[in-house]
Amino acid sequence: MKSFNVLIVDDSAAMRSLLVSTLESLGSLRIVEAPNGFEALRMLPREQIDLVLTDINMPDINGLELLSFIRKNPLYKDTPVIVISTEGSSKDIEKGMALGANEYLVKPFKPTQLIEIVKRFL
Amino acid sequence: MSSDPRQPSDAARDFLAEAEEIVEELGSQLADLADMAEQGSWDPDLLNAIFRAAHSLKGLAGMFGFALIAEVAHHAENLLDWLRMGKVSLSKQVLELLFSSAELLTTLLRACSDGTLDQHQAAAAAHAAAIAACLEPVEPAAETPILEQLGLSETLMGALTEYEEHRLKENCAKGRRIYVVHASFELTSFDQELSALTDLLKRSGEVISTLPSVGENIDTHIDFDLLVGSDRTEQELRATLEPLQVSILAAGGGQAAKAEHGHQAVPQTPPAAGAAAGTTPSVLPSAASTAPEAVSAVEEPLTAKSMSRTVRVDIGKLDELMNIVGELVLAHSSIANIANRMRTEGFSRMAIELGKSAKGLERRLSDLQKGVMDIRMIPVGQLYEKMSRIVRKISREQGKKIELKLFGAETELDKLIVEDIADPLMHIIRNAIDHGIESTEQRLAAGKDERGTVRLSSFQKGNHVVIEVEDDGAGINVEKIKQKALAKGLVSDVSGMSDREALELIFLPGFSTAETITDISGRGVGMDVVRNNIAAVSGMVDIETWPGKGSRFTIILPITLAIIKALIVFCSGRTYAVPITSVVESLILIPDDIKTVEGKEVISLREQTLPLLRLERLFRIERIGCNPGEQYVVVVGAAEKRLGIVVDDLLGQQDIVIKTLGAAFKSLRGISGAADLGDQRTILVLDAGGIIAEAMRGTGS
Repeated sequence: MKSFNVLIVDDSAAMRSLLVSTLESLGSLRIVEAPNGFEALRMLPREQIDLVLTDINMPDINGLELLSFIRKNPLYKDTPVIVISTEGSSKDIEKGMALGANEYLVKPFKPTQLIEIVKRFL
Repeated sequence: MSSDPRQPSDAARDFLAEAEEIVEELGSQLADLADMAEQGSWDPDLLNAIFRAAHSLKGLAGMFGFALIAEVAHHAENLLDWLRMGKVSLSKQVLELLFSSAELLTTLLRACSDGTLDQHQAAAAAHAAAIAACLEPVEPAAETPILEQLGLSETLMGALTEYEEHRLKENCAKGRRIYVVHASFELTSFDQELSALTDLLKRSGEVISTLPSVGENIDTHIDFDLLVGSDRTEQELRATLEPLQVSILAAGGGQAAKAEHGHQAVPQTPPAAGAAAGTTPSVLPSAASTAPEAVSAVEEPLTAKSMSRTVRVDIGKLDELMNIVGELVLAHSSIANIANRMRTEGFSRMAIELGKSAKGLERRLSDLQKGVMDIRMIPVGQLYEKMSRIVRKISREQGKKIELKLFGAETELDKLIVEDIADPLMHIIRNAIDHGIESTEQRLAAGKDERGTVRLSSFQKGNHVVIEVEDDGAGINVEKIKQKALAKGLVSDVSGMSDREALELIFLPGFSTAETITDISGRGVGMDVVRNNIAAVSGMVDIETWPGKGSRFTIILPITLAIIKALIVFCSGRTYAVPITSVVESLILIPDDIKTVEGKEVISLREQTLPLLRLERLFRIERIGCNPGEQYVVVVGAAEKRLGIVVDDLLGQQDIVIKTLGAAFKSLRGISGAADLGDQRTILVLDAGGIIAEAMRGTGS
């Protein structure tokens, strides 16, 4: 059976490990981490990504730019993307949804919220 | 709140490690911002980086359940957001608020590890109120330029964050031209090429947004649209980017009057910008996929590895590793011992073989030891950053102009020592500025430069690292010190006291409680604590002063604490270790040489008087196992402050791992810890600095 690959993009290592440990409770997921947008762009062609979880606020290439690229690229355009933002940046979330994000999460969120949302895409 | 704040979970530890890094970075970026603001202009990228730091911290703290930290970060973020969006101006007051935010965050993070976070509610509330008072727009937002007129594509506009949109407007308002630079890079090497292009563009203006896009060869290439604001004409920009085969689309702008020219930093364009581009063709191969230069990318194989090649490790793990190495070293010495004994007892062939294996093991062990040690070593430059921030802060607060000169930032020191030395060093620097450097008027009157200088330099000297703090202030008034010590009843007689001895008084407990308790030096921390903290890492501190010219504090530290060579001595039936780094020499004591001066035993060593100290007297233990034969003197100390410790026997040198005695024995002077000798014997390790200090205070006290 083909594994379900999740790409986590966040410049915070602590945040990534929190997301990873939360998602691990779902079992059978293969999780790939990218510490920035560049790294995510490098990973997309190499890993068969089934779901992207990306922070919006990152240096150089932010989550919105990454999302926009995914949606425009015929190779990945149907990959579900969940954008993560911090409370107070509602405009950026709006933009994310307009760009075609499938879901969004606002920090701080509870592990169960993340699980609920990710389950929908499995 | 986390369930048990006293025992942070792994996740909380992750959070704390990262949060500390963020706040530290935030502090140094703020200092840079303050410097730039002083010169009247600043880089929007820097301000945005500072905003991002506060924003990330807020998100992180929220996720990990530290609501109070999230709240403080949130208020700081708000203020920074207003700043970067131009809704509030960067006044001195705002800068102060930002600095105090960073400080409060540092305090809170520390409280997190102590589990005392709840005690800071009031401080957080005051912080929030101070910021709220600041958040009143200076003026109603000016009429925003109509971005639609730029004719930028919907895709590009759609992916701009709120802030990027604001930067676009700002660039338009300043009359800059807006360009979209399109480039296509190979997937294998796009990151280097893109950052080279970005660097080049930043010299010509501001890169507002970098949007990855889809080009013709989606399997091998990735395209980027960079939104750029620049004062340059299209032709000029084209000339700059000529060697790169990128396409440039002029989007417009540039017609508006340059009303506020000079308000914000425009990165200076070095004259070599064009030339630099010409010299880096290999870094920036042409966009065409068939370009021969692109072949160089083959050297870098496809990899999903992270770009960052560093690992963050908890220092505790390194300590554990070091302990194991230490124990291996001990195990090795007992094997070597066995080999020696076997040789003397007649098992010569096996003894030789065992000896050989032990030698081999020793070499590998020393490689391992060096390897682990290297991981622990960090450049003292990390301390310098903190210190320059503090100097800037104090000089701002006191209105003194201070120049901090830094030397030897690359000198390496054990991470733990660097951590432990930060506070004492900070205190010495604060003292230098607070008490050493005179006010501007006094300096001018004394014919000095109105700008005071503090020199912070580090260098390696044998197995030591020396850190010097030198100021060009008024120097220390020795008479005043004597009078103060008398007045405080710390000494009963100062007549006949040499200047050097008088300077030692500063380090007495109870001496340096400043009359006017300032925020800076008056934190209830005296120089005695400074000396103790330095002694705790087996270091020593010394003062020299030149009236009217300044003072110099010299801190001498061992390079590492993990494993040290020690001289093992025997005295009154007990064995002790003396770190070899504090031993100057050892000699045989000839009883007839001992003279008594003012009730203290001394000998004459190369025409200098060397005071003697008997350990049994210092530790007030009974003299047993009196050695009828020779006794030895172990000379410890540095420079003028030397002392001869009288011992019954010298047992040789050995590598030891110093373990602390725990909080219960913290007040014990003259002992820095305990060590395991490898033969199941645990011995005390003498702290030479502490013993010298104790001896100076008068024997028998």
